[in-house]
Amino acid sequence: MTAEHKIEDVTMLHKQNDLADGNRGLHYEENLLWEKERSDEPGVDLPKPAGTKLRTGLSERGDIGLPQVSEPQVVRHFVRLSTLNYSIDSGFFPLGSCTMKHNPRLNEKVARYAGFAHAHPLQPAKTVQGSLRVMYELQNWLGELTGLPGVCLSPAAGAHGELAGMMTIARAHEAKGNTHKRVVLVPDSAHGTNPATAAICGFTIKVIPTKETGRLTVEAFKEALGDGHDVAGMMVTNPNTCGLFETDILEISKLLHDAGGYFYCDGANFNALVGKIRPGDFGVDVMHINLHKTFSTPHGGGGPGSGPICVTEELAPFMPVPVVGKDGDDYKLLYEDDMPETLGRLRGFVGQFGMHVRALSYMMSHGADGLKQVSEDAVLNANYLLSQLKDVFHVPYDGPCMHECLLTDKKQKEKGVETIDIAKALTEYGYHPMTVYFPLVLPGTMLIEPTETESLDALDRFVTTMKTIASDVEKGDTEKYHNFPISTPRRRLDEVRAARQPVLRWKEA
Amino acid sequence: MRYLPQTKNSRAEMLKAIGVKDVDALYVDVPKEAFIKGLADLPNHMGELEVERTLSSYANQNHAAPDGPFFLGAGVYYHHIPSTVDYIIQRSEFLTAYTPYQPEIAQGTLTAVFEFQTFIAQLTGQDIANASMYDGATSTAEAALMALRIHKKRSKVCVGNALHPDYRAVLDTYMGNHEHVSVFEGEPDEDTACVIVQSPDFFGKPHAYDKWRKLCDETGALLIVVINEIVSLGLLPAPDVADIVCGEAQSVGVPMGFGGPHLGFFACREQFVRQMPGRLVGETVDADGRRGYVLTLNTREQHIRREKATSNICTNQGLMALAFTVHMGLLGEGGFHRLARLNHEAACKLADAVAAVDGVSVENETFFNEFTVTLPKDAKTVVDTLADKGIIAGYALDGNKMLMAATEMTTDEHIAALVTALKEVL
Repeated sequence: MTAEHKIEDVTMLHKQNDLADGNRGLHYEENLLWEKERSDEPGVDLPKPAGTKLRTGLSERGDIGLPQVSEPQVVRHFVRLSTLNYSIDSGFFPLGSCTMKHNPRLNEKVARYAGFAHAHPLQPAKTVQGSLRVMYELQNWLGELTGLPGVCLSPAAGAHGELAGMMTIARAHEAKGNTHKRVVLVPDSAHGTNPATAAICGFTIKVIPTKETGRLTVEAFKEALGDGHDVAGMMVTNPNTCGLFETDILEISKLLHDAGGYFYCDGANFNALVGKIRPGDFGVDVMHINLHKTFSTPHGGGGPGSGPICVTEELAPFMPVPVVGKDGDDYKLLYEDDMPETLGRLRGFVGQFGMHVRALSYMMSHGADGLKQVSEDAVLNANYLLSQLKDVFHVPYDGPCMHECLLTDKKQKEKGVETIDIAKALTEYGYHPMTVYFPLVLPGTMLIEPTETESLDALDRFVTTMKTIASDVEKGDTEKYHNFPISTPRRRLDEVRAARQPVLRWKEA
Repeated sequence: MRYLPQTKNSRAEMLKAIGVKDVDALYVDVPKEAFIKGLADLPNHMGELEVERTLSSYANQNHAAPDGPFFLGAGVYYHHIPSTVDYIIQRSEFLTAYTPYQPEIAQGTLTAVFEFQTFIAQLTGQDIANASMYDGATSTAEAALMALRIHKKRSKVCVGNALHPDYRAVLDTYMGNHEHVSVFEGEPDEDTACVIVQSPDFFGKPHAYDKWRKLCDETGALLIVVINEIVSLGLLPAPDVADIVCGEAQSVGVPMGFGGPHLGFFACREQFVRQMPGRLVGETVDADGRRGYVLTLNTREQHIRREKATSNICTNQGLMALAFTVHMGLLGEGGFHRLARLNHEAACKLADAVAAVDGVSVENETFFNEFTVTLPKDAKTVVDTLADKGIIAGYALDGNKMLMAATEMTTDEHIAALVTALKEVL
């Protein structure tokens, strides 16, 4: 089905195809497990229980209302559902700040080695030296790449790493008796998780405006810092969410340090720097790393992530536990007894170990040489897109950009087509859209991150598509853009209805 | 390098199109001091075969559960995972998709999450469930935070029984961010926001909830039930009298994996939906009136509410939730109850066998698939010595006490080998 189809035709097709299953070609309609015919036997063959007398001390639970279907039905159900998803393996995914790069299958293979997959986190250390070695080496890689030698792998995701990092800062101030330092400076372009995290740690947030230049200016920073007496630190993403490196970062971090504050760097955009630039060398004290961005562990439709933190030597004693240490030739987990000033535990057990294996496999595959090339290709790809799109879309801030570029819908909006329409048109044309309406500093933003794993040919095709959209709008051919997508498994969904009358689970009618 | 499609020619062509002479010209904003001179002090790239050799040699240094008799639980359980589960979660369309912010092209993930929410709500006897949490420990801490949001004027969190020590430690860390909040053990009073009750508790004993419900009704505290062996819900009564049920669902579909990724879950009464942490998927219709699913009630979340959000959680455990959903789909009503019974019966056999060893006594009168034993010697020494014999016997508690678990993976041969070894060691 092409975009040339009339919308009414497609809608008619949708309405007519309730003939049988509702399927058409490779477009499947799939009902829920609970709506399928109940099979006699479950999809797992388990031995028959002996029926011994219960020793639970409680009554036996009756029927729960679960579905019951055979194995082939379950397989078909989930395979059909999978075909309704867009994924990085199937197409270009330029989602800004999310680093949707190729996820090597090698990582999946090594994470499934029985020695890793079926080890228990509470086994005696001598029986899990292999796992501890993976973690120890990953700590070393991250420490070396960031220039921040204290590494704790336990945080479960980026936002959890932020929490770990900000609590480390809070703990350090507490140890110094800095009870008055309760303010955290956050630029207005920050990810939503930054202020949310600082608030959870009990800090007050002070916003630094960056709208005019897309960057932190020394002037705006000084203004927000004031005399710095109550400032605990700042949370800055660098490169920032406008895709720009903070030009004055050395001066700003010096001002902050002079006022006794710590510099937390959100590592979401580390892909621009990896192997080439060390955040520890531009003043960062604490940084989280998204292994599921920079180091290629799969996003899995929303997780699992993994958000290790890297900190300066000064802050290392305050990090969460456990971390992996070495005792002679033996690896061991360090807990409260070994790190008495630690802020404590933030997660059960050691962290998202399966993601640690995958990330290490990726790092070993690339090596120091490959990782530097990752950064350079990621930055090159983004700048290439910027160079090809800057004449047809509004570019709010002067380049060069880093690993992602920022556009807005300013030119198209004059003709009635907005960012949301451009995003939906991209889904119609076979792409996952860029990040839209983020950062919040300007209206109608579009943040495009191609990553290093796209070829020039793939970039050129995307450019052609974006130019087609811009030229259609320029010509006034805009009606279809309010109705796209039409060829996707579902058309625009009614989000207002979902929120007003929440239906959050299946229930028998 | 095999992960990088750009060529010398394409790089040169792109630099020309951009109008710069080399790639370093694109880093013009970065201060010179921050550049690595040459390459980072790390090894250079390795081929696929070399990486496999290296990492498989590390994996082989571990003694994993399939390598011998295995009786360790303590919040992470060794269960069978049907091959279908791993096949489905490795499908590219699930594995390499992002969070479903574009619902038109993410109905696969969204539908599966809707099914996950339904399974969790049914198992816990609650109205609704969210799209997952990091793990049992963080979901417990988030439950306490939610109770404190609901009871703004209250400042105490009560731990009612033996909560998993990692969960307790994480709870303490999270609560430590709130100066006025204290965590205590015992029974709730008028200043208590919630009571946390784990069942089976850390020592393996299943609990009835009537007493706790009554105490909560009298004081107005919320009842939070923590489940860390979710298979138990196929045999034990549903915690449907709770206000929040949270915990760990690793046991269904997710390998132990040396501690993660696991699968936190979070369910509660419908009236609290706007105070819930984490993502929610809801049903709606598309422009043609067809049923579809979207992320909903986002106004609770950090990307909209920023510092006023209910939680800072963003990425959750999506793929693990899918693994759980596939495994639950395979188990179904009959299989889930059967699995729970097999676990209990394996534990009954194990308990009888170890109780028959001289000097060993089983502490629990009641249990699901895990219980506490008292040994005649220091438990840590016993665990260490048995590990040298290829047996992972359990989790050493203080002194002579040890936790032991059995699941459907436990065979009569494993139990016999353990008994023989125990007799030698004790």
